Amino acid sequence: MPIRFSTPPIFRSHKRVGRNAPTKARPPVDDINRRGLIRGAASLGALGLLTGCDVSENDGVQKVLRTVSAWNDGVQATIFRPNHLAPTFSPTQVVKPPRFNAYYDIEDVKPVDGATWTLELVGRIGDKRPWTAQQIYQLPEQELIIRHICVEGWDYIGQWSGPNLRDFLKRVGADLTAKYVYFICADDYTESIDMACALHPQTILATKYAGDTITDPFGYPLRLRTSTKLGYKNAKWVKAIEVTNDFRETFWSKQGFNWFAGI
Amino acid sequence: MSTPAVASAGSQARLHPLPLRIMHWINAVAIFIMIGSGWKIYNDDVIFGFLHFPDWIVIGKWAQYGLQWHFFGMWIFVLNGLAYIAYGIASGRFRRKLFPISMRELFVTIGEALRFRLRHDDLTHYNAVQKVLYLGVMLVGVLIVISGLALWKPIQFSELAGLFGSFQTIRLVHFLCMSAIVAFILVHVMLALLVPQSLVAMVTGGPVVDDGKRHAAALPEIEATP
Repeated sequence: MPIRFSTPPIFRSHKRVGRNAPTKARPPVDDINRRGLIRGAASLGALGLLTGCDVSENDGVQKVLRTVSAWNDGVQATIFRPNHLAPTFSPTQVVKPPRFNAYYDIEDVKPVDGATWTLELVGRIGDKRPWTAQQIYQLPEQELIIRHICVEGWDYIGQWSGPNLRDFLKRVGADLTAKYVYFICADDYTESIDMACALHPQTILATKYAGDTITDPFGYPLRLRTSTKLGYKNAKWVKAIEVTNDFRETFWSKQGFNWFAGI
Repeated sequence: MSTPAVASAGSQARLHPLPLRIMHWINAVAIFIMIGSGWKIYNDDVIFGFLHFPDWIVIGKWAQYGLQWHFFGMWIFVLNGLAYIAYGIASGRFRRKLFPISMRELFVTIGEALRFRLRHDDLTHYNAVQKVLYLGVMLVGVLIVISGLALWKPIQFSELAGLFGSFQTIRLVHFLCMSAIVAFILVHVMLALLVPQSLVAMVTGGPVVDDGKRHAAALPEIEATP
């Protein structure tokens, strides 16, 4: 695993990732995970100069910062507009292929076998019979041409289609008054969204990109795509959906990223 | 008859009243947090290829820490900023200290400054350049909050975000506002160090000023009353 320092030196030449070379793009939050492995060796933050280490890591400081982050979850839920639609775009603006993002490199993607894959349903759901890819792909599709915004700051316009999540949850008799919908992924990634987001008209279980079945790096055979969350909330390679009232931390929220991550 | 009341009220007032000093220093801390953590967030996807902020100058060793500080500091910055603006308007301080701005005085002061002949012996009076800079940085402060809201919630506030154009334009505006504030701080701190009594005044309150004078001058019958 290559060790990369978190910030390159000032005024160095920087090759900007082209929009048309998305497969070459760095995974968005991948760096952070690696930085975790070189903690202690990394350089100091401005506050760190005072204490000899990054004061952000201090338990008390983390407690305060995470409490505020949880408070911000509540604020975001309060200002969420359940039926307010995100701007949509024309097919000519779509970036192909989409930009890759995960906590590892694109070469490390482990493809899911669509023939044996099933979608498991867990928790407050009436009909928990698993779904095959074929069954899912026969459901009515909704197309979204929406902006993907990464927590890092980059964005691109993508064209996703697949069954509407709200319709799917209704179809399987899910408790729509439950608080959260969890996504368990084939790569041990976990993500969850609040029910209001799950029921938003622009939240789908995407099976296609730009009209074609999504390819392995982007979540084949099934991934979440919602217009109202940052990129990392859009779980890929989904293998189970759980409807629940229990809050559990997810892959990135455990590491200190904001859980709600609404946009 | 009303003269003693005006005089006594005025005689107790300091150049920088206590609430203002508290808000100034809270703002200093909030700005420090917002800029340091903002630089960390910027580094994850730079706008300008030649510009990365070095690790020793940013707040938060990892991205999530930068984000945590930014979304913590924003509450301090915004709430304190709103209190400051409300205070400045309600107390009449903005009106007294920042207006009127004379264009002629502005050019004269700029000329003096460029020839290093700027005098700053009266702390209680802001010259035209100061007025423009203080007013300007406040407007930039408002814009950085508005652009920040649009960055945080480009979908929930899509009407606001739409005013800026693309998402990357909002980032650029937010960045340029930060740059303007940093430039202001450099000048502000440099001048405060060159005229140390101005720095002391922001801690102790500074000289006693008689703000009642202006009111008295506007009311000639009080002047005439022995």
